[in-house]
Amino acid sequence: MGRAKLPRKSTTVDMTAMCDVAFLLLSFFILATKTKPPEAVKVVIPSSVSTKKVDAKDKVTVTIGKDGKVFLAFDDKAKRKQIITDLNTRFSLGIDADAMAKTDQVEIIGTSMSQMKDFLKLPKDKQQGNLLPGIPVLDSTNNELKHWMESAASVYSGEKMNLLVKGDGLAKYPVFKSVIDAFKKNDLMKFNIITNQEGLDKGSALYKEKSAQKTSGN
Amino acid sequence: MAEMDTSSGGGHKKGPGVKKAKKMSTRVDLTPMVDLGFLLITFFVFTTTMSEQTAMRLFLPKDTDKPEDQNKAKESGALTLLLAKGRTVYYYEGILKSDGSNFKSSNFGELRQIILDKKASTNPEDLVIVVKPDEDATFKDVVDVLDEMTINVIKRYAMVDIAEPEVMLIKATEANGGSTATPPAAK
Repeated sequence: MGRAKLPRKSTTVDMTAMCDVAFLLLSFFILATKTKPPEAVKVVIPSSVSTKKVDAKDKVTVTIGKDGKVFLAFDDKAKRKQIITDLNTRFSLGIDADAMAKTDQVEIIGTSMSQMKDFLKLPKDKQQGNLLPGIPVLDSTNNELKHWMESAASVYSGEKMNLLVKGDGLAKYPVFKSVIDAFKKNDLMKFNIITNQEGLDKGSALYKEKSAQKTSGN
Repeated sequence: MAEMDTSSGGGHKKGPGVKKAKKMSTRVDLTPMVDLGFLLITFFVFTTTMSEQTAMRLFLPKDTDKPEDQNKAKESGALTLLLAKGRTVYYYEGILKSDGSNFKSSNFGELRQIILDKKASTNPEDLVIVVKPDEDATFKDVVDVLDEMTINVIKRYAMVDIAEPEVMLIKATEANGGSTATPPAAK
């Protein structure tokens, strides 16, 4: 008889679903973010107003450490192997098949060519920038980066090679000059310097030019 | 002790000495866990997008041995910047005079004004900035100068090896009381 009794509902919400979502997102973000590629050398890069993003493909990176050591990194494993094979035959470095198989794991190259065969056999934790001597570049008669670039240019011929220079702000200019010389010798006239982005002064000519472009574009 | 009481309430009664265990709810309040989850998400989202690297494009000119192929710069439009130790910049306009009277010293803070002054006072067609880093200049100095060219929209600039008289002048200036002092020969 009388009115039907409204069932009293609880005010607590089941949090399980929300918790699931939160952790799903969390795991997604953790897995989706690219882990920073292992750095051969700790490098503090200078900043510039350039806004162009670094192209992530086909990277060939020349790293200049604070102490002027030069390292080389090829992203493409197959190309890396070809380049080392090419150098091996040209300069008869004596790298055997056993060591050659290890080129897949080599992130950075930072030793003179005569040491290459020992370098490839080093365990991974020894292939760190502070432990390696770096590629000799300063001696202009024997700038080994030149040979590396020559091999790289021939392996990459016809394809786009994304040449990057990543230098520590404190590295001295002569090292950078030798690196450029090595590029020039092999007609690699285009390269990018990796920098941090910094703000542009409002009064500068570039700022005015950019804002003029924006207004004319609209 | 380790057994679970699966009896469905009522019917089955245990002995007089055994206390009936209170039935606990298996539900856990998940609110703090959700909080934690979202906190972590926010943390990761904010920290990952921070480091953005950009590339500075550089084109190298081809080296030529033949003097007729080399780019000629008009003397009136040339500004030479010499990068030296401790972020000091020495500069001169046109050709360096033999007595070093147009050799001036400055720093990165004033560099932009020097470039702008030169840009304003010369015909844009003739303006060439020559950058000569000496061996104590750092990579950062070079990048900063190249950046300065971009900022001030300098169309023609070149990086050239430093010459012996210039090195001597820098040495002399540095020896003569600090990096910012003007050379004794000036004025």
